[in-house]
Amino acid sequence: MILKGKAWKFGDDISTDHIAPGRYFHLRSNLPELAKHVLEDADAEFAGKVQKGDFVVGGNNFGLGSSREHAPTIIKVAGVSAVMAKSFARIFFRNSINVGLPALICDTDQIDPADELEVDLTGGKIQNKTKGTVIEFTPLPIVMVEILQDGGLAEHVRKHGDLDLSCDLPEE
Amino acid sequence: MGKTIAEKILGEHAGCEVRPGQIHIVTVDVALVQDGTGPLAVRQLQSLGLEKAAHPERTVLFLDHAAPSPRKELSNDHVTLRKFAAKTGAVLSEVGDGVCHQVINESYVNPGDVLIGADSHTCTGGALCAFSTGMGSTDVAIGIALGKTWMLIPPTIRVEVTGDLTPGVYSKDIILHLIGTIGADGATYKALEFGGPTVDGMEQSERFTLSNMAVEAGAKTGLIASDDVTREYLDSRGRAANFREIGPDPDAEYERVVDIDASTLAPTVSFPHTVDNTRTIDEAKGVKIDQVVIGTCTNGRLHDLMVAASILRGKHRHPGTRLIVIPASREVYLEAIRAGYIETFVEAGGLIVNPGCGPCVGVHEGVLADGEKCLSTQNRNFHGRMGNPKGEIYLGSPATAAATAIKGELADPREFLS
Ligand code: SF4
Repeated sequence: MILKGKAWKFGDDISTDHIAPGRYFHLRSNLPELAKHVLEDADAEFAGKVQKGDFVVGGNNFGLGSSREHAPTIIKVAGVSAVMAKSFARIFFRNSINVGLPALICDTDQIDPADELEVDLTGGKIQNKTKGTVIEFTPLPIVMVEILQDGGLAEHVRKHGDLDLSCDLPEE
Repeated sequence: MGKTIAEKILGEHAGCEVRPGQIHIVTVDVALVQDGTGPLAVRQLQSLGLEKAAHPERTVLFLDHAAPSPRKELSNDHVTLRKFAAKTGAVLSEVGDGVCHQVINESYVNPGDVLIGADSHTCTGGALCAFSTGMGSTDVAIGIALGKTWMLIPPTIRVEVTGDLTPGVYSKDIILHLIGTIGADGATYKALEFGGPTVDGMEQSERFTLSNMAVEAGAKTGLIASDDVTREYLDSRGRAANFREIGPDPDAEYERVVDIDASTLAPTVSFPHTVDNTRTIDEAKGVKIDQVVIGTCTNGRLHDLMVAASILRGKHRHPGTRLIVIPASREVYLEAIRAGYIETFVEAGGLIVNPGCGPCVGVHEGVLADGEKCLSTQNRNFHGRMGNPKGEIYLGSPATAAATAIKGELADPREFLS
């Protein structure tokens, strides 16, 4: 699957409080409203300007903090097609895949704000169209690929009626 | 080959030998959601036609983050959880019962359990030697309904603590020091295992503080071997029969061992806006503080309130500094009343907030004004955490918090030890 869009660049340590601030706690059961505030405390203009298909590009430890699944969910609801970072906090990483938002670990230093990117999800490559470079990303564990391919964890369970995952595989 | 605590517990729940890096389906003993994450979990199960709990008596729904509700939207979310409890037989922890990680450990978690919770500080249960970890709403929803989840078996980092803590220094200072040393991502996807003579000698409350903050180093859980201290705690909670002794094998394989000499530590404070931005109190002293918060799942237990009350007794908060105290649970609240701590706080000019999360996550009960600075005993100080991105949050122990409330600026609790 090929994804195309523009990069929105963020720094290191973007927390779930930046992405889905606690002061909007009351909007958690109203995701389209909550999505209007997505990443507000990191870039106040992001929510108003992001286009369908764009990418959120972070640095180290993206998504640290709370377990709120609303964080990757509203990034997806805002139209973002994938998140990239040098590293992710584990709950955010797991949640992203569960909600069907690809989370790609790669060298994001090679991406600048507004770069046009093309992501080949199955091929493991990101083309930076603006710079004419290619960035490889770390393959996801097989379990996560299966969940992502089913469209997220809930869809996986809907389809299989159970957790039906290829387990007991040593890590790559 | 020897096993770490994580490998032992997860192996039991996978039904086979496990090694770090493998992925297994494991059974789930205890599950929790709270009012910020639970409604989404319930909606997922409703949409899947799976509105059930595999173990209703050990599935607990907490009304603690926005409790009592400050807004109608949140009141409606509370109703969603009450209805789910009524329908499935899951346990409801009502407004005022306390913060999830305190109550779950007081009443539900036993050594050797796997606990999953839709709250990142679920790792607190590691202090009772349960493999306890935070996940998102959908993961926990599926865990509740099916009684199982998938886990990547984590490598373990052993934190070996030796040496006696000096007066005025607490387990909060150990964990802040550790995170300042290894960084906010120093243990990402790993299990932390706290041990050594200092941890062996700690009472249960201080152990909870260590495990609670494991996630602030990125860890999946923060385990402590179960021993006589654990046994006594369970006994005092009427669960002596659930005690099991679990510890690492002597030849367990660790990814790395971090040594800490507790006798060299000083009161430690995290500066805005990351937990690993730590300084010792000598380098921190003098920052003017507008609000002090004592409580939360990190430091709202009886022992914490005792430490703070012993410093505040007969003294008064600085006129420019507000003092908010939140007992972590109804039970802690009652004991603190009986012990006279609550009276001490009120006489010292403090304000007591009902058991729950209080202002920790910025919903209510102490939102900061623009430019205000707060010292809290909570576990994280991210930008905007307490409801205002223009506020600043500092983290410290209950003793540091009490000293700071008196002086109106970041202060060394050792000045107040008698
Ligand atoms: S007290 Fe704070 S950290 Fe603990 S569960 Fe509540 S909001 Fe989370």
